[in-house]
Amino acid sequence: MFKIHSMKFLNENIFQMVVEAPMVARACLPGQFVIVRSNAEAERIPLTICDYDREKGTVTIVVQTIGAGTITMSKMKAGDELADFVGPLGQPSDLVTDDIEEVKKKKIVFVAGGLGTAPVYPQVKWLKEHGVPSDVIIGAKNKDILIMEEEFKQVAENLYITTDDGSYGRTGMVTKCLEDLVTAEGKQYDHCVSIGPMIMMKFVCQLTEKLGIHTVVSMNPIMVDGTGMCGACRCSVEGKTKFACVDGPEFDGHKVNWDEAMRRSGMYRDQEAKAKEGI
Amino acid sequence: MIEVDVLKKVPVREQEPAVRAKNFAEVCLGYNEEEAMAEATRCINCKNARCIQGCPVSINIPAFIAEVKEGNFENAYKVISESSALPAVCGRVCPQESQCEGKCVRGVKGEPVSIGKLERFVADWAREHGIKPTPATKKKGKKVAVIGSGPAGLTCAGDLAKMGYDVTIFEALHKAGGVLVYGIPEFRLPKEAVVEKEIENVKSLGVKIEKDVVIGKSITIDELINEEKFDAVFVGSGAGLPKFMGIPGENANGVFSANEYLTRSNLMKAFDEKSTTPIMKSKKVAVVGGGNVAMDAARTALRLGAEVHIVYRRSEAELPARVEEVHHAKEEGIIFDLLTNPTEILEDEKGWVKGIKCIRMELGEPDESGRRRPVEVAGSEFVIDVDTVIMSLGTSPNPLITSTTKGLEATKHGCIVAEEESGKTTKTGVYAGGDAVTGAATVILAMGAGKGAAKAIDEYLSK
Repeated sequence: MFKIHSMKFLNENIFQMVVEAPMVARACLPGQFVIVRSNAEAERIPLTICDYDREKGTVTIVVQTIGAGTITMSKMKAGDELADFVGPLGQPSDLVTDDIEEVKKKKIVFVAGGLGTAPVYPQVKWLKEHGVPSDVIIGAKNKDILIMEEEFKQVAENLYITTDDGSYGRTGMVTKCLEDLVTAEGKQYDHCVSIGPMIMMKFVCQLTEKLGIHTVVSMNPIMVDGTGMCGACRCSVEGKTKFACVDGPEFDGHKVNWDEAMRRSGMYRDQEAKAKEGI
Repeated sequence: MIEVDVLKKVPVREQEPAVRAKNFAEVCLGYNEEEAMAEATRCINCKNARCIQGCPVSINIPAFIAEVKEGNFENAYKVISESSALPAVCGRVCPQESQCEGKCVRGVKGEPVSIGKLERFVADWAREHGIKPTPATKKKGKKVAVIGSGPAGLTCAGDLAKMGYDVTIFEALHKAGGVLVYGIPEFRLPKEAVVEKEIENVKSLGVKIEKDVVIGKSITIDELINEEKFDAVFVGSGAGLPKFMGIPGENANGVFSANEYLTRSNLMKAFDEKSTTPIMKSKKVAVVGGGNVAMDAARTALRLGAEVHIVYRRSEAELPARVEEVHHAKEEGIIFDLLTNPTEILEDEKGWVKGIKCIRMELGEPDESGRRRPVEVAGSEFVIDVDTVIMSLGTSPNPLITSTTKGLEATKHGCIVAEEESGKTTKTGVYAGGDAVTGAATVILAMGAGKGAAKAIDEYLSK
């Protein structure tokens, strides 16, 4: 069992949980994920790691209430115990495993949207701690659902916030913000990391391909075991089938077959909706 | 009294095919005391018992059957427990026809003694009467880590604990049992009633089980040895990676690996309406492959309400599945499309499976496996209309461990290199066995390997 150290809502539908999981905290790196089950009957939910504290032995996850499993989890409080918390799974981000001197030469921009803002955080933080500055664009539908602004102010070199309705920061999608920065405001980037809804990542990739910026994305497909056993998370990258759980979750975004990935993520939509009604 | 025909097995009771095709309860109901004692009289207690040679864990078969014959079921259980940690499992899933029963002298003229069903009876009887194996009284003061809680790991852990070692099993999933819980369906191997109880027995020997630990990710083998101070390690991590055919359409919605389909149903209980883990509600399913896993996937899909076709490229004689499984599948109404090989999965405009394009095959000259090689019949393509395709083409070992352990060699197929008898690997103090070494094989072969490794680890740590 894994004790919930603290629990808070970041907006109406997104909550942050700090979980006591010393083994995961000791081994994890930015880019990796965990699989969580709230109770002995719950489904296995893959969640990208948002932060970790090796000394305290805690791992932070940020979760959006979407289906039955995440709604059940959202009702838990500090002191409660999660039945399962396994990881770290998947490959760490290339930025933290590549030669640091090479990484320092890159001009890096992170493009985050919605829940994807959370997994971007440990990468930006890690880079800052290793003397690599990076810019961050965060997109949200409106001001009320924007998350983690304060945390990012501490670690990003430049933080750009954009809302679809213009209620805070710039107005428009993250793609508009990135395009404006590069074409109108003289910014130069040669490495982009984009994490967010698949449709957002797809459009970011279309833009960065045009702008000639190498782009890494973090895939969040359907998974069962998360260790390479089931193949539910397979996606096509450069025409080859890859398992997001063991080969990823990060891939070259310009090589991902987005339409297939989006179609596959909707495979259980009807049943998921029914399960949600049931709780 | 039951009339015994010495040439024939005492028949075992089973659920009627039409009834069981609609439920997940166990197909075979097993012997009762009277039936078991009657069947036991058919054993002629050979001096040179060939059945023992046929058993990968060398159970003293004539000795336990002699006890059954006398009605001394507890003694019979003790005889079996000396050699096997999982008799209720083996009695159900071992391929007895090619092992113990395949060697039985009774089988020369008639049917062999029903050793598997007798083993199952004894194990079930012991469980129902609360009889447990006895833990070691003398401790060795040495720690052994076992990776994976499947048949190889459980056997190795149980044997080492009986010798007095302090054993910890590390399991990646949230439930112990490996393939026994995620792979083999409830109707063949009940989870709560049988598997969990056998694992409890292993734990009663003093074995600790740490779940949710992925070796190679959460912690490495080198860390287990250097930091956690384990004196030896046994790797029984199985063969969990599914294979796909590499044909067009394989990533369509509605194509699954048998691993995914079975894990959803078995481990996550998706067959149960109450489970929150979904499983495809299929009308017509093609299961590609002819092994035991293919039969399990097919019979699961059938029970979930689908019409099911087994698509296999060779003929019935080459089906790798156990005869009993094929027989049960046919009785339940699974349709066998033999000498048929898929060439493409057809998608509808939204990317969901709408059919599987196949080509007829015929058997040509024998290949390197000794089986006649299937060759395509030109121009014989046809389409089976299905909404689901389950790929059951075998599995290979997960590279997580070999890629993170210095000095642990693997073959080009990803199998850990290990000596056959002892499981000794290329890394000192590390032993391996089961599917992680052989690639996908059977529960009992994995148990045999776990047993051999336990003996070798004891010798290594006693030096």
